[in-house]
Amino acid sequence: MAAETATKEKEPLLAFGKKERTLLTDPLNDNNPITVQVLGICSALAVTSLVVPSVVMAIAVIFVCAFSSLFTSLLRNYIPKQVRMIVQLVIIATLVTVVELTLRYLNFPIYKQLSVYIGLIITNCIVMGRLEAFAMANKPWRSFLDGVGNGLGYGAILVMVAVIRELFGKGSLFAGSGIEMKIIGANAGYWINTTENAWFGWYANNNLMVLPAAAMFIIGILIWIQRSYNEKLVDIS
Amino acid sequence: MNSTRYVLIFVLTLTAVVAVMLTSLREATKTQAALNEEIFDKRAILKAVEDHLSGGAEVDDLSDDEVLSIFESNFEQSVIDPSGEIVDGMKAEDIDMAKEKKKPEEERVYPLYVYSPDESSDKFYIVSVRGNGLWDEIWGNIAFEEDLNTITGATFDHKGETPGLGAEIKDNPAFSADFKGTKIYRDGEYVSVTVRKGGARNETYEVDGISGATVTADGVTAMLYSGIKKYEPYFDKIRKK
Repeated sequence: MAAETATKEKEPLLAFGKKERTLLTDPLNDNNPITVQVLGICSALAVTSLVVPSVVMAIAVIFVCAFSSLFTSLLRNYIPKQVRMIVQLVIIATLVTVVELTLRYLNFPIYKQLSVYIGLIITNCIVMGRLEAFAMANKPWRSFLDGVGNGLGYGAILVMVAVIRELFGKGSLFAGSGIEMKIIGANAGYWINTTENAWFGWYANNNLMVLPAAAMFIIGILIWIQRSYNEKLVDIS
Repeated sequence: MNSTRYVLIFVLTLTAVVAVMLTSLREATKTQAALNEEIFDKRAILKAVEDHLSGGAEVDDLSDDEVLSIFESNFEQSVIDPSGEIVDGMKAEDIDMAKEKKKPEEERVYPLYVYSPDESSDKFYIVSVRGNGLWDEIWGNIAFEEDLNTITGATFDHKGETPGLGAEIKDNPAFSADFKGTKIYRDGEYVSVTVRKGGARNETYEVDGISGATVTADGVTAMLYSGIKKYEPYFDKIRKK
């Protein structure tokens, strides 16, 4: 008992040192769940045709990832090994339902727009991957940060892909929200109007960008770009 | 390895805790969520007659209370059976089109909203239609002018169409705006409105399709054709009056 108190004093409950910082920053680049671990691809292909749903999806995944890591870590010494994955699933599904109910309560139109995707978080392998790989073996605070970091890493790629897809596929950004920006298009009201502007007269929206296949190419190109400047990721074998 | 007994107790406790938590959260938010849904649906119906709102208001600018009060004072709701008779004692907003769709055709009933901006003005008839898109169900509200031929507005929604493609029937205001002024009768014959791939050829009976969303667009065409037809017996009766 005495020893336990002593270690607690050495390490404050919510310490934020170098190690904790890497937990947050590592998944953004060196260990990105999408571009390096190639997890969560399914939802990254499905939701990224528009920016707004991607942002809400990213926020929801950060929330679910962080809190499922926290709760799994709190329970890690009590979870029976035989059924650990089912227990993890119960925790994830509970949090996803909480997100769903809260959205229904607070903002019904957004809930309507996202209801299919919110359910998809349960099947997002990043969440479960982090629980298995990290939260089951680490203390709650670090697990929480690891969850936030991985959610951020996932969200960053999601938003990047969505910006490219929406801009070239629809000519707009943030469509469907209060701050919709119409950038390239044929109607009046677009910043670069292709019918009046001689320079961009050749441009037509690329319909491939709206299809999930486009996300596959874009993620591939992002992986390529990342590996060409990040030496840590180069496979020397 | 833990004993089976421990595993059982752990799992049962966890499930019980989670179940109680989620049920209470659901119960606590239920009333507000139901009200949110009701307002959401009413906004969609109101959107179909947006051009005729008093004072040129836009549906998106109306507060939730205003939406409910317009429904209270300017709307008449009735329920129509397949033979065109009004079913007594039923309100249109209580009809769940998703459930009606599962019933055999002769037992179905259809909601009808009649909107009159003020006492002296024209009436607008709003009907609900439901059909299938590419992935899942699509539905819409179509508002007619008093001649029961000219469409004055339409709104569409869907369960799971592809964002950026099929979902444009809801997300792109230009699609539903295209329906304004179209007619469903050509020389007295019922033709409904067709969503034409590659652009409308006859703007009175056709609207522009959405590139990349042919199946959803065909779904809208089929939904309009069969959905509006269900109201024909009733429309005929009003016309005779």
